[in-house]
Amino acid sequence: MTSPVTDTTNTAARGAVEVRMEGLSRRYGPVVALDGLDLTVQPGELVTLLGPSGCGKTTTLRLLAGLEDADAGQITVGGADVTRLPASKRDMGMVFQAYSLFPHMTVQQNVAFGLRLRRVGSAQRDRRAMEMLELVGLVTQADRYPHQISGGQQQRVALARALAIEPQVLLLDEPLSALDAKVRAQLRDQIRRIQLEVGITTLFVTHDQEEALAISDRVGVMQEGRIEQLAPPTEVYSRPATPFVAEFVGLSNRLPGTVSGSTVTVRGRDLPLVDAATPAGPVTALVRPEAVTLATDSSGDSGPLTGTVIASTFLGATSRVTVDLGDITILAQLSTADAAGLPAGSRVSLTIRPDPVLVSAADAPAESEA
Amino acid sequence: MAAVTSVGEAPLAAPARPPRGMQAGRRRRLNAFRYVVFTFFTLFFLLPLLALLRFSLEGNTLGTWSIAAWKEIASYPGPPPLLSAVEITLELAVLTSVVTLVLLVPTMIWIRLRVQWISRAFEFLCLLPLTIPAIVLVVGLAPVYNKIRHFELSALMLFWAYVILALPYAYRALAAGLNAIDVKTLSEAARSLGAHWFTVMFRVIAPNMRQAILNALLLSAALALGEFTIAYTLLYVNLQVEMYSISRNTPNASVIFSTSLAALVFAFLLLLIISYAGRRRRRGMR
Repeated sequence: MTSPVTDTTNTAARGAVEVRMEGLSRRYGPVVALDGLDLTVQPGELVTLLGPSGCGKTTTLRLLAGLEDADAGQITVGGADVTRLPASKRDMGMVFQAYSLFPHMTVQQNVAFGLRLRRVGSAQRDRRAMEMLELVGLVTQADRYPHQISGGQQQRVALARALAIEPQVLLLDEPLSALDAKVRAQLRDQIRRIQLEVGITTLFVTHDQEEALAISDRVGVMQEGRIEQLAPPTEVYSRPATPFVAEFVGLSNRLPGTVSGSTVTVRGRDLPLVDAATPAGPVTALVRPEAVTLATDSSGDSGPLTGTVIASTFLGATSRVTVDLGDITILAQLSTADAAGLPAGSRVSLTIRPDPVLVSAADAPAESEA
Repeated sequence: MAAVTSVGEAPLAAPARPPRGMQAGRRRRLNAFRYVVFTFFTLFFLLPLLALLRFSLEGNTLGTWSIAAWKEIASYPGPPPLLSAVEITLELAVLTSVVTLVLLVPTMIWIRLRVQWISRAFEFLCLLPLTIPAIVLVVGLAPVYNKIRHFELSALMLFWAYVILALPYAYRALAAGLNAIDVKTLSEAARSLGAHWFTVMFRVIAPNMRQAILNALLLSAALALGEFTIAYTLLYVNLQVEMYSISRNTPNASVIFSTSLAALVFAFLLLLIISYAGRRRRRGMR
């Protein structure tokens, strides 16, 4: 730990570090939580681990923090091997899912706690704590106790406390999941702004895909102790590497289709494949709701791409419309203005935008899945 | 460094309240109930004490007043004199509660943090003294204390036995305190900030158990102040034993009443002082 500096801009100047995890494994009895995970976070980068509960994302974070020991593998931070270091010596700031402020200390004392442990003089300590509180916009709450401030404010203090010690790495373990939707979105943006401002290498763990896509430089989608895809948010969303990623991030229609050559034929329409090497045969094509557009159908035909609107879900600027195609149902995401013209019972014709689609093994019964 | 504007969020909102009229009626009924309960229990506890006081002030003939009984207690020649019995009992109370806490607080936090799997066994061990009557305990302790007696140690040695007796009560109080805080998250937060286990225990967890520690202190002190069986059967004299011998060696019935009252009031006042001191410090906590 270098001696604390008085201005946060110096933190960025100090140089962010690279975090490298190689072959990390962890078991809990017979359960494999992490299965040879490899992950490198570039200096100053914010990487989010996204996945369903039990996929190993929190375990990864806890191993990095030193709160648990890895069964195998190596962790290096800025080139130094920290695999066997205890948590107290790892120089990482962590924000937890549960409220973790020390209840017997004021907001300011909480933020200054890590500096006190490092024997920083009281004047410098107070100054640094106030700077951190200024960073998270809570200077006015400095003398309050944790139970006197709101949940969102508590998490901001926790962030200030984690950053006050000028850690090499910032770890965020679902810090927003206990908050209500509006505060969550605001705090999410604030975390990102502060992270960019401080320029600290950050690992963020969440099960909320919207959060992951909004905040990250890169998103790692995890399943069963492995990273399925590690890529920028736009790529994870528009070019998912595996069917699991396609279905976990965003919604997908599962439509039966047939692969021939480099295209897949879905209800009479040829769509390009993400993976051109897919063997020919029946498959399930994963089509995003926003790739489906609807138009009022007055022809009265009953082709493979005409159907009846059965429901419409208002989401604000957009609406999600469910269309019955006879044998299956399909979801389409339209602007609310467009959806307003298509009440339940309307006959519609569908167009599927020819984006490259991902396919998985054919489902037994053909049906759409949200 | 640009300060980030505060996100507009209100502090935790007060819970929604029911309509005013209904609430007022309910509050009145609740208050009435409170007063009835309070009055009942005040009378229940105070009447016997007042009766004790009246009888302790009984003169030679029925219906007259005298403080002779109180004078007799105060001037009891012993051995040992009354004051030294008071002193021994106070010292026992302090020693018992301090030793109990020093043993239990770090052990319990440590078990919660690091060796959770033995917590059941530890709880069983701590609660065991509850199931053993004091008189049975004495049978086991007597040979040990007979050995100690060779070294002519004072009645203070009773604290060993008292710590064992106090374990279940102190354990329960401390366990309640530990359960009320998120030990795991707090300790992990402290460790990630650079705290060692010792710091986690004494600067993060223990301060958040203040009330529980105070309760444990109160209970073990109360136990030491009121203990009679073990002291008497092991032939040590603490305040309770002294009171017993005073009342047995006097022809004056009022003395019996005054000693009982004195013993009660003594313990009550001490406990009141301890709990008041604890609460006042809490309010002044920064």
